[in-house]
This record gives sequence, structure tokens and C-alpha cells, in this order.
Amino acid sequence: MTAAPAINAPALSGVQSLTFAKALTLAMADAMEADPSVVVFGVDVGKLGGVFRVTDGLTSRFGEERCFDTPLAESGIVGMATGMAMNGMRPVVEMQFDAFAFPAFEQITSHVAKTGNRTRGQVRLPLVIRIPYAGGIGGVEHHCDSSEAHYAHTPGLVVLTPSSVADAYTLLREAIESPDPVVFMEPKKLYFTKATVDLDALRSRHSSPADRGGANGVPSSIGRATVLREGTDATLIAYGPSVAPALAAAETAAAEGRSLQVIDVRSLVPFDDDTVNAAVRSTGRVVVVAEAPGFASMASEIAARIQEHCFHSLAAPVLRVSGFDVPYPPPRLEKYYLPGVDRILDAVDRLQWEES
Amino acid sequence: MTNHPEFLNHPGNAALQAGSRGLTGEYLLPSAEPVRLINADGTAHSGGKYKESYTLPAPETLLQGYGGLVTGRRINEQAGALVRQGRMAVYPSSYGQEACQVAAGMCLRRSDWLFPTYRDSVAVIGRGVPPMAAFEALRGDWHSGFDPNRYNTALPATPLATQLLHAVGVAHGAKLRGEDTVVLALCGDGATSEGDFHVALNFAAVFHVPAVFLVQNNQYAISVPLIHQSVAPSLAHKAIGYGMPGERVDGNDLAALLAVLGSAVDRARNGGGPALVEAHTYRMEAHTNADDSTRYRSAAEVAQWVPRDPLMRLKKYLYDAGALGSAAAERFAAAAEETAQALRDGLNAETRPDPLDMFRFVFSEPTPQLREQGRQLEAELAAGQAAAGHASAAQPSAGRP
Repeated sequence: MTAAPAINAPALSGVQSLTFAKALTLAMADAMEADPSVVVFGVDVGKLGGVFRVTDGLTSRFGEERCFDTPLAESGIVGMATGMAMNGMRPVVEMQFDAFAFPAFEQITSHVAKTGNRTRGQVRLPLVIRIPYAGGIGGVEHHCDSSEAHYAHTPGLVVLTPSSVADAYTLLREAIESPDPVVFMEPKKLYFTKATVDLDALRSRHSSPADRGGANGVPSSIGRATVLREGTDATLIAYGPSVAPALAAAETAAAEGRSLQVIDVRSLVPFDDDTVNAAVRSTGRVVVVAEAPGFASMASEIAARIQEHCFHSLAAPVLRVSGFDVPYPPPRLEKYYLPGVDRILDAVDRLQWEES
Repeated sequence: MTNHPEFLNHPGNAALQAGSRGLTGEYLLPSAEPVRLINADGTAHSGGKYKESYTLPAPETLLQGYGGLVTGRRINEQAGALVRQGRMAVYPSSYGQEACQVAAGMCLRRSDWLFPTYRDSVAVIGRGVPPMAAFEALRGDWHSGFDPNRYNTALPATPLATQLLHAVGVAHGAKLRGEDTVVLALCGDGATSEGDFHVALNFAAVFHVPAVFLVQNNQYAISVPLIHQSVAPSLAHKAIGYGMPGERVDGNDLAALLAVLGSAVDRARNGGGPALVEAHTYRMEAHTNADDSTRYRSAAEVAQWVPRDPLMRLKKYLYDAGALGSAAAERFAAAAEETAQALRDGLNAETRPDPLDMFRFVFSEPTPQLREQGRQLEAELAAGQAAAGHASAAQPSAGRP
């Protein structure tokens, strides 16, 4: 891998073809440029630029005080970030891989998530915990877990997961500007996907701090799902790594004469019931697609919410297409585990078409 | 020796290491015996061989500290009484450990930070936090009663050792911004077995931050004695493994605590890096009122510590030195009584926490889901259902702490 001159060029602007990883790098670089209290740290994030090169070039551009390596201890990274956030800084920390974040889980659940509440809002922790997650990269054990439900289940954490290059930039900028702690789940199989985006347009959304209410005329992406594809026969609800197979399934279904709508949840917490409910009411049939084991999962939560809110609009039970309830399998088995187009379309077939 | 370039280049550290350069790291080791400046019988201690020279604090300083001990003891006695009266569910007593609590507050400037544990209410009040604000979590109306930023005092931590990392973070932030803040983090002997204790010391040393760790070794982690916690020569010896100086001190000797902690705080403030201090003390009462300490330790063992009491020791010393007269004693007693009165009034007051507060502070703005749940509870309250449910559920619970 070559050095990354692009990130050293703050002038990078306009319409650009960017990887998902580079969009994240740019989001951090722009945030660091805009706010000297933003610091990036973790394991291997300095000279190496992160094992996925997401922090590539930040140390050389901003110096070792702004982007630095720590000793190898995830609870230390998150615990120190907590103290730094208490003391006026905005840490953005990397956990390297999903399952490696678990030593930090106590810090995240017992302190990061609760400090704002304990202090009656007097101490907010504006920190971002970046966690590469999910599979599809042929990784070994502990490198492909989908741990989002652990964080979504913990009150006090904003949990975000982008599925596109543009959202990678936008959501991470908003995460860094958020007054609340954010667990930022990055689907690692998307890191090296590319898209053409208008950087000026993305940046212009961040001329002022993000606000959930959109008081500056720019609605926040935190707490808002997006409709990626319109459709009339059924709704596929996905997020992060499962958006691509959902879109592919909709494409295949269209060729077969079926019109599938696709929703990207993006923001697991806060959850956008409004967009999801409106979509469900428009089609009456739903498949929730997610890579994590389905039992007690985010997919379960979404399915439960839909049947609570939209029962009378449903023409069929809400179905989940998820990972199996097994530990993430070894690389040669992951193709059997991951929800793919066929499994999604099989579920769509089971939505009792003949009875409607 | 430590390899940290900032440690090696710090003039004070270079001088201190002069006699023991090389791989032995002798300077990082604690003194051969705990530092003591005043004996248990109130006489000045002489002949102690310590790795640094520690000076007996001035009588005015010790007199001020004695006032803190009187108030601290009164807080522990009052809290014990209020627990027995059922005014709060649980109190982790620091009876017998007040010298550590008072020294923690006295060695810091207002702009420094204190990171306490659940047993450190006396230290928190010593930072200027109003007594009832320090007891809010114990009363049970909310998880805390004060703004950490107002007193540069973190909320007491209940999980063990987790707060040591927050202390490192505050110290690292201060260092990056060029502030001369020092952070003092407290923990107990049990916490030294936790992963975060080791991570925090390592981070503090690697980043060379102005943090001082004070282990109040009160000999027991609930029921587990020190020998089942660690077989290291002392807890202060652990410092050498991280490349920071360790020191041990008689935790019932306020004068020694002020000297040792003061020295560590000064060095940290001047760029000399972190330090680990182990205070040898004893938890005279049970872990909390929910604990039965007679199941794991003998009355004879507890009795051994009675003559080492920090309060009586300093009283005798100051009295013999002519520094403590009846006027000062009355003044201290009156101040202590004022604090006790505030606790009695606060805990006897019939408060009514707002149940809707549960939804207000989880995020900076409540999510739509939290707003909805708040409306649900509001409706239940209006219908009188929740109040009835609350009454039947309001049994005091025993647990950690």
C-alpha cells in the first residue's frame, strides 16, 4: 500500500471518487481541522494509519498529539477517552476489530453510556468509538462479529452504521459533533468500496454543529433512516453491511416483476420509527435483513416495533433474514452464514403473496 | 529504571535517581518501611529511613488537617446512625481511614482533580461538595448530587478501578493543553487486582501524565483479606513494573500522608510524571451496613487497630505541641456538628424525586422513543397507578457497594 498523499491535501474538494475508508478519513481530518479539541487515538492508528488505513495520514498532518498510538488495551483507550472528554476534548477512538472492543465493554456500558445521565446532563461525553464490524472479508475468529445489539441495548449510546461512502463522511462528522457518546459501527467489507461524491456538498452540511432538530435548515442524519429504493410490493429494512444484499435482492426482484422498497436504518439509536412505519404502511409486507445472529437482535427489535406500530397495515408477519445463532463461522463457511440475495428473496416469497 | 525520556530528563528525577542508576530501578521501589512522621502514641517519629526526605508539615497545616479528621469522623458516625435509622439503604464507611480522605483533599489545589470511589464521601466533602450533594446517591434520589466540573471532583465510582482511567484521561487532556493540573485517583486494595488498575498505571506512565494513584489498603475487599488479593511485597511495589515511583505510607498518619502525597503531587505538577502511593490503613467497620464482618475477621484483629487511630494520634501530637487548645477543639467540633446536622436534615427530609427525570438526561435531547416512554409514565402518574406500584417496590436493597 502506498502512502496517502490525498489526505495530506486539504484542498481535496469537489466531485471525487472516494473509498468508504477515505471518506471516513476525510471526515476525521475535516473535524480535526475545524476543532482543535478533536483527537484520534487507538492501536496502530498513528504511523501505520490503522489496519484498514482509515486514519492514514492524520498523524503526519496533525502531529502526534492529535493522532497517536496507545498501549494495547481497549478499556484503557475508552477509559482515557472518557476522562479526556470530561476535560473538554473530543476523542475519536478506534477499536480495530469488533470483538477486540469487549475488554472496553465495561467502560462503555458502565461509564460512557451513563455519565450524562448520572450527572443530570452536566457532564456530556462527546466521544466517538469507531468499531469495524461484521464479516464478508474472510477474517479469522474474533474479527467478524456483529456486536451492534450490545451497544443498541445500552441506554445512553448513540449507535450509527453507514452503508454508503457519502453517509460514511456525513455520519462520522455528525458523530464527532454530537454532544452524546457515539458507537460508530463501520462495516469492514465496505472499506474499499468506491463511490463518486460531491465533497463540497457534503462539507457544506457541516459549516455549523449538527443539530437533531435541523434548526439550521440542514436536517441531521442521526436518528433518520433513508429510503434507498422505492417499491410497492414489500419493504426490505437493512443497515450497514446488509444494505448491499438488500439492494441487490430488490434489483433481482424487479427483473421478476416484484417491486421492493429498501430502507437503510443508518441510525440504530436513536431509531427512526417514522420513516420505517411510513414505509411499512405503504407496502404492508416487511423483511428485516441483518447480518448479526437473529436471536435477541436489532432485527428482532425492528420486527417487534413494526408489529406494535403497524399491525393493522401488515398483510403478512414481519420476517427476519439474519445470521444464524452461531458464533461467526470460519472463512470458508461464511458464505453459508451471511444473508444473501437468495435468502432474502426466499423470505419475500414467504410473505403470503397468494392471500393478498 | 524507567525508560520514559520525560522521566529521565526531569531534573528532579535525575537527582533522585543519582544513587541508583541502571537496571535495578531501585528509585522506583518504595521505602523499606511505610513512611511515618507521627507515631501511634502522638510522638514525632524519628529514625525512619525513607528513599526521599519527608518533612513534618507545619503545625497550622496539621491543625487544619485535624479539623478535617474531626469532621470526617463525625460524618462516618452520623452516616452510621442514619443507616441504622433506615434513612438510607447503604453506607460504605471510611471510619478509621479518615486520614487518607483528608490528605487527598489537602494535597490538591482547587484546579486539580480528584477521582473518588464509593468509600470516599469524606474526601468528596473535603473538596467543598455540600454534604447532602455528596450523599445524594446514597439517599437514592439520583445517581449523583453534584456537578463534577464545579468542584473538579469526579462522581464516586462503584465499579472497581474503572475511574483510574478517567483520571488518566483528564490528566492527559491537561497535559496536551499545557495546564498544570494534577489528578489524584483513589482506589482500594481490591481494585489493584482489576485489569483497569494495571491498564491505568501503564497508560499513565507511557503518556507520562500528571496523575497520582493513592491505594487505600484497608486490608479487606469486602471479606477477602490482602493475602488473597496479592502476594507482592507490597502494593506499592507494583509501580516499578510500570516505570513509575512507588511509595508506601502509614495511612493513619496524616502528617506522613501529606508529606508523601504532597511530594508526589509536586513532582507530577512539575512534569515528573505519575506515582503510586499505598497507604496502610484499616477499615474499622464492615464493608457496608449490609456486610457482617464478624464472619471473616476477629474482634482481636480489629482491636489491634484501635490504638493506631488517625484522629487520636494527631490530637495527642498537636496537644503536646501546644498547637491545639480548647478554643480550636470547640471550633472543629462545631464545624463537624454543622456537617452532621446537614446530613441529618437532608436525609430526614421527605424528598420526592421526579420520576420523569429518568428520561431527561439519557441523551442531550431525548430520543422519540424516550419521549414516548416519558408520556406513558406521565399518564400512569396522572392515573395514580405508578405511585401505587412504587410503594410496593420501595424495599431497601442490599448490594454492592
